[in-house]
Amino acid sequence: MTDRELSASGLPDAAAASPARVGTINSRRPLRLGWLVPTIYILFLLLPIYWLVNMSFKTNQEITSTFTLWPTDFTLRNYAVIFTDPSWYSGYINSIIYVALNTVISLAVALPAAYAFSRYRFVGDKHLFFWLLTNRMAPPAVFALPFFQLYSAFGLIDTHIAVALAHCLFNVPLAVWILEGFMSGVPKEIDETAYIDGYSFPRFFVKIFMPLIASGIGVAAFFCFMFSWVELLLARTLTTTAAKPISAIMTRTVSASGMDWGVLAAAGVLTIIPGALVIYFVRNYIAKGFALGRV
Amino acid sequence: MERTYNNKAWFLVLPVLVLVAFSAIIPLMTVVNYSVQDTFGNNQFFWAGLDWFQDVLESNRFWNALGRNLIFSAIILAIEIPLGIYIALNMPKKGWGVPVCLVLMALPLLIPWNVVGTIWQVFGRVDIGLLGRTLAAAGIDYNYVQDPVDAWLTIIVMDVWHWTSLVVLLCYAGLVSIPDAYYQAARIDGASRWSVFRFIQLPKMGRVLLIAVLLRFMDSFMIYTEPFVVTGGGPGNETTFLSIDLVKMAIGQFDVGPAAAMSLVYFLIVLSLSWVFYTVMTNQGQEKGK
Repeated sequence: MTDRELSASGLPDAAAASPARVGTINSRRPLRLGWLVPTIYILFLLLPIYWLVNMSFKTNQEITSTFTLWPTDFTLRNYAVIFTDPSWYSGYINSIIYVALNTVISLAVALPAAYAFSRYRFVGDKHLFFWLLTNRMAPPAVFALPFFQLYSAFGLIDTHIAVALAHCLFNVPLAVWILEGFMSGVPKEIDETAYIDGYSFPRFFVKIFMPLIASGIGVAAFFCFMFSWVELLLARTLTTTAAKPISAIMTRTVSASGMDWGVLAAAGVLTIIPGALVIYFVRNYIAKGFALGRV
Repeated sequence: MERTYNNKAWFLVLPVLVLVAFSAIIPLMTVVNYSVQDTFGNNQFFWAGLDWFQDVLESNRFWNALGRNLIFSAIILAIEIPLGIYIALNMPKKGWGVPVCLVLMALPLLIPWNVVGTIWQVFGRVDIGLLGRTLAAAGIDYNYVQDPVDAWLTIIVMDVWHWTSLVVLLCYAGLVSIPDAYYQAARIDGASRWSVFRFIQLPKMGRVLLIAVLLRFMDSFMIYTEPFVVTGGGPGNETTFLSIDLVKMAIGQFDVGPAAAMSLVYFLIVLSLSWVFYTVMTNQGQEKGK
């Protein structure tokens, strides 16, 4: 596709013909104001977040009665409320428990499956791979009610494992696709050499193969963590009190007990932090992860 | 990569199959079951045939929600894709700016969806929000709670804020994979900025861009949490998209039959789109292998 278009405009030939002039042309690039575009965009991204952080350090009285661009009456009360009230901080603990459970389960089942998809052909492999994708693309709204009834039947409502299993619906396919993308980049000769050297499959997989795709596992784990962390609909449907995630506790506070804007803002800021902490490590893989390992 | 034929690979896939069967097939069967039955309570069910499907397909409520959702997705794509390409083209290619841009731009993608809603709800409020206050001070009559146009604008800007970075990051990943020789050649030819974009960058980004379009379409097509938090589907039903309508029907009103029928119709639409997505993805893999 690209080759045809390129030769039509004659570009590669020109490059081969006159390599000497290349150096002089760099200076002609008219990109002086290019940096403005991403800068303005990033400012647009940060503006609402800044407002949330700003509000989280204000008293409710200041939020509702005055309009200030930074807290004049700086307070940590909102954060103190969250860290001292069990109904608030237990939400974070619940979220972290089911997110961690989900990440472990997803990776544990996805690793062998991804290996199978990247190395072997078998009956129905394409259909299975496609079917996994449809689960990633399935609207959670479709599953909310049946999930509720299924987990009620098993007595799992309001447990962490229920939410963790429900999130497997989209995280297992995600992990399989991402890992398959990374595994296909490892040459098959490595497997074959290991088998000739007398490695059994489990030993080869753990000792040789997993270190080779360590970055892939990290990326898959990050995305499982993230998609489980940001999801609200299923998590809210499947929990009532004991396993209620922080995101659901936030919505409750908005609707019911008046408007404690400061605490709401502080809770929001605290939910942004986990993602913000690890984002640096996966920065080069973010596109790959969102595209299910296919960039 | 040449893959060997071996049916024992099924054993490796088995755990995934069992798990996803539990969390996808069984629930889906429940939905199918409900979609063909009627109940008067007491757990007594009657065969209802395709009545619910007929009801759903004939109801204005479904078509309105579908229409709103399609319009929403179309607007989202029309804004986010060109904007994403434009920003990606202007991103720094090397130096300290690269990690800074990547990290800051990815930030909205990692915020829980209801917090995204909360952020914009707070940001847009006329009494306490920066945006609402500023617009009011500028003399613009803006109120996303009561005015449908303002509600739509708020949700669209929110989605642009939330997801444009995905398009940017995907396009950027496509752009950095273009060898420098292509650009050098173009400069020697005296190619304009536009023809560099048209004949080098756009074709090279083609696949990535297609993925971005499909992902954005799918995700905007099943959007629930963000508009739910900001507008709750209102004012009236002006921002009630398919998912919001479905949850309202299934869990709010407990109209299980129609909700199940609607779920299946919804799911079939998504399924056919997934097929397009799959074809794109796997074709790309084959081309890479050549």
